[in-house]
Amino acid sequence: MRALARTTWVELKLFRREPLTVAVTLGLPLVLLFVLGGVFGNTPDPEVYRGVGPMDYYVPAYIGLVIASLGIVGLPAHLSAYRERGVLRRFVASSVPMWAVIGAQVMVTLVVAFLGSVLLITVASVTYDIHFPSSVPLVVGGFFLSGLSFSAIGVFLGSAFPTARAAQGAGLMLWFVMMILGGAGPPPEVLTEGMRAVGDATPVRHVILLLQDAWLGFGWNWTETLIVAVFMAGAVLVTILLTRGRLGRER
Amino acid sequence: MATVISVDGLRKTYGSTVAVRDVSFTVDAGEIFGLLGPNGAGKTTTVECVQGLRRADEGTITVLGLDPATQTAELRRRIGSQLQESALPDRIKVWEALELFTTLAPGAAHWPTLMEQWGLSGKRDATFGSLSGGQQQRLFVALALVNEPEAVFLDEMTTGLDPAARRVAWSLIREIRERGTTVVLVTHLMDEAEALCDRVAIVDGGRIVDLDTPQGLIARHAGQVEVRFSAHLDDLSWLEAIDGVERAGRRGNQVEIAGRGPVLALVASALVERGIAPEDLRVERSTLEDVFLTLTGGPA
Ligand SMILES: Nc1ncnc2c1ncn2[C@@H]1O[C@H](COP(=O)(O)OP(=O)(O)OP(=O)(O)O)[C@@H](O)[C@H]1O
Ligand SMILES: [Mg+2]
Repeated sequence: MRALARTTWVELKLFRREPLTVAVTLGLPLVLLFVLGGVFGNTPDPEVYRGVGPMDYYVPAYIGLVIASLGIVGLPAHLSAYRERGVLRRFVASSVPMWAVIGAQVMVTLVVAFLGSVLLITVASVTYDIHFPSSVPLVVGGFFLSGLSFSAIGVFLGSAFPTARAAQGAGLMLWFVMMILGGAGPPPEVLTEGMRAVGDATPVRHVILLLQDAWLGFGWNWTETLIVAVFMAGAVLVTILLTRGRLGRER
Repeated sequence: MATVISVDGLRKTYGSTVAVRDVSFTVDAGEIFGLLGPNGAGKTTTVECVQGLRRADEGTITVLGLDPATQTAELRRRIGSQLQESALPDRIKVWEALELFTTLAPGAAHWPTLMEQWGLSGKRDATFGSLSGGQQQRLFVALALVNEPEAVFLDEMTTGLDPAARRVAWSLIREIRERGTTVVLVTHLMDEAEALCDRVAIVDGGRIVDLDTPQGLIARHAGQVEVRFSAHLDDLSWLEAIDGVERAGRRGNQVEIAGRGPVLALVASALVERGIAPEDLRVERSTLEDVFLTLTGGPA
C-alpha cells in the first residue's frame, strides 16, 4: 500500500508537470460542452436526448468521455512509453512492484478524471441551468466503476501493443469512434442503426448510460453495470494472459 | 569464502540467436568480478538472467542462496542493479527518484549522502530529462545503491563518465567492496577492469573463453615483455642468447627485445657488463587489452 501511495504521489506530480496534457485533458471536454451547448441549448425535446435537456444529457456523457479519454489515450500512451523507454525495467529492478506502478497509473486516471468532472460540472452549472444529479452516491459509484473499467482497458492497450506509437494510434482511433458513436457526440437517436450498433459495442456507451441514469434519476442501471464490469474483467484477464505477469521484464 | 553467485550451464536464446551458451562461474563474497567481451558477446544477457530480469532457458543460477527466477522479489530487495538500458520518467527530479526508491527499500541508505557522493547535489532539483548522459548514469549507480545491497550489478557503469568522474566512481566502488558488498562489473574499459576487478571473465560469442585474475590472464595469454633502449649495436646475437629472450631486433638505433620472465633485469645486467648504459631503457608489459584482443580475435 505504501508503495502504491508513494508512486501515486510521484505520478501525480509528474502529471502536473505536463502542461499540455493537463490542458488537453481538462480543456477539451469543456470546449466540446460549450460548442454543443451553444448549438443545442438546454431545452428538452422528447424526440432526442432521452427526452431531457441537451446539457443535462451531455454533462454526465462528458464525464464518461473524460474517463474514456484518460483511460484509452492517456494511460496507454504513458504506460507503453514507460515500457519502451525502460522505465518499467528501472522500477521493477528497484523493487517498485509492478502492481504499484500500474496502480499508480490507475489512481492518476481516477484523480484527474475526478478533477476534470468537477471542473466540467462547475462550468456547466455556471453557464447553463443544468439539473444536479438526482443521486450523488449513485453518480459517484458509477464514476468509480467506469474509471476502473477504463483504466483496465488502458492497461490492456498499454501492454498489448509492441510500441508506444502503436498504442497511442490505436487509443486515438478508438477514442474517435467512441466520441462520435458512443453517445457523447450526436444524440444516439439521430444515428443510423449501423452506427448505433457500433456505438453500443464501445464501452463508453455503457459508461455514459450508467452515469446518465444515475444523474437523471432513472436509478442504478444494473444491465449497464454488468456490461461495464465485463469490459473491466475482460481487459484484466486478457492483460494477464498476454503478459503472463512479466510486464517490465524480458521474456 | 562464501559463494554469493553461482551460475551453472546458463543458456539463453532469443528466437534463433543463441545469446549465451553454457556459461558457468561463481562469485565470492566481497569480490569485484568483471565481465569483459565485445559487443553482443552476451554480458548483459548473463547478468540480467542472474538478476532475475530475464529468464534463463537452461542452467542453474543461485544468488545469495535464492533462485532469481522464482524468488525474484526477495532477491531484488537484497541486490542493486544499474542496468545498461533503462530510463526514468523525464520529468522526475533527482531527489524524487532517490527518495522514491529509498522509501520503498527496507533498511535503505541515506539518500542525500549518495547524492553527494555521486556528485549530484548540484542537480538535486533537476529533472531526469535535463541531466547529461554522465549525470544520468551516476544517478543510476546511486539508485542501484539505495537499498544497501549485498551484491550490486553494474552494467557499463562508467559509460559516458568523464575521466575525473570515472576515478571517483572507481574509488566509490572500492569503498562499497570494503564494506563487504559483492560487485559484478560489466565493462569495455580494460583499465577499469585491471584497476578494480579481482577476477575477470572474458566472454565471446556467448561463452566464457577464460576466467582468472587480470594478472593471471596477462601471464597466460599475453605474458610477453618488451624491452627497448637506444644504442648503436651491430651484433644482437648475444642479446638473443639471454634466458627468456625470444627475439631481438633493431629499428635505426632503437633496439627492441621481446621475451618472457625477468627479461628486463637480465638484459640490464648484460648491458652493464658490456659497458652499455642506455638512458632510455624501458619495459612495456602486456595489458588486459592485449589479452582481450588475443582471446576475442581482434587485431593482435
Ligand atoms: N531482447 C533481445 N531480443 C533479441 N536479441 C537480443 C535481445 N537482447 C540481446 N539480444 C542478442 O543477444 C546477443 C547478446 O546480447 P547482449 O546484450 O547480452 O550483449 P552484450 O555483451 O551485453 O553487448 P554490449 O557490449 O554491446 O552491451 C546479441 O547478439 C544481441 O543481438
Ligand atoms: Mg551489454
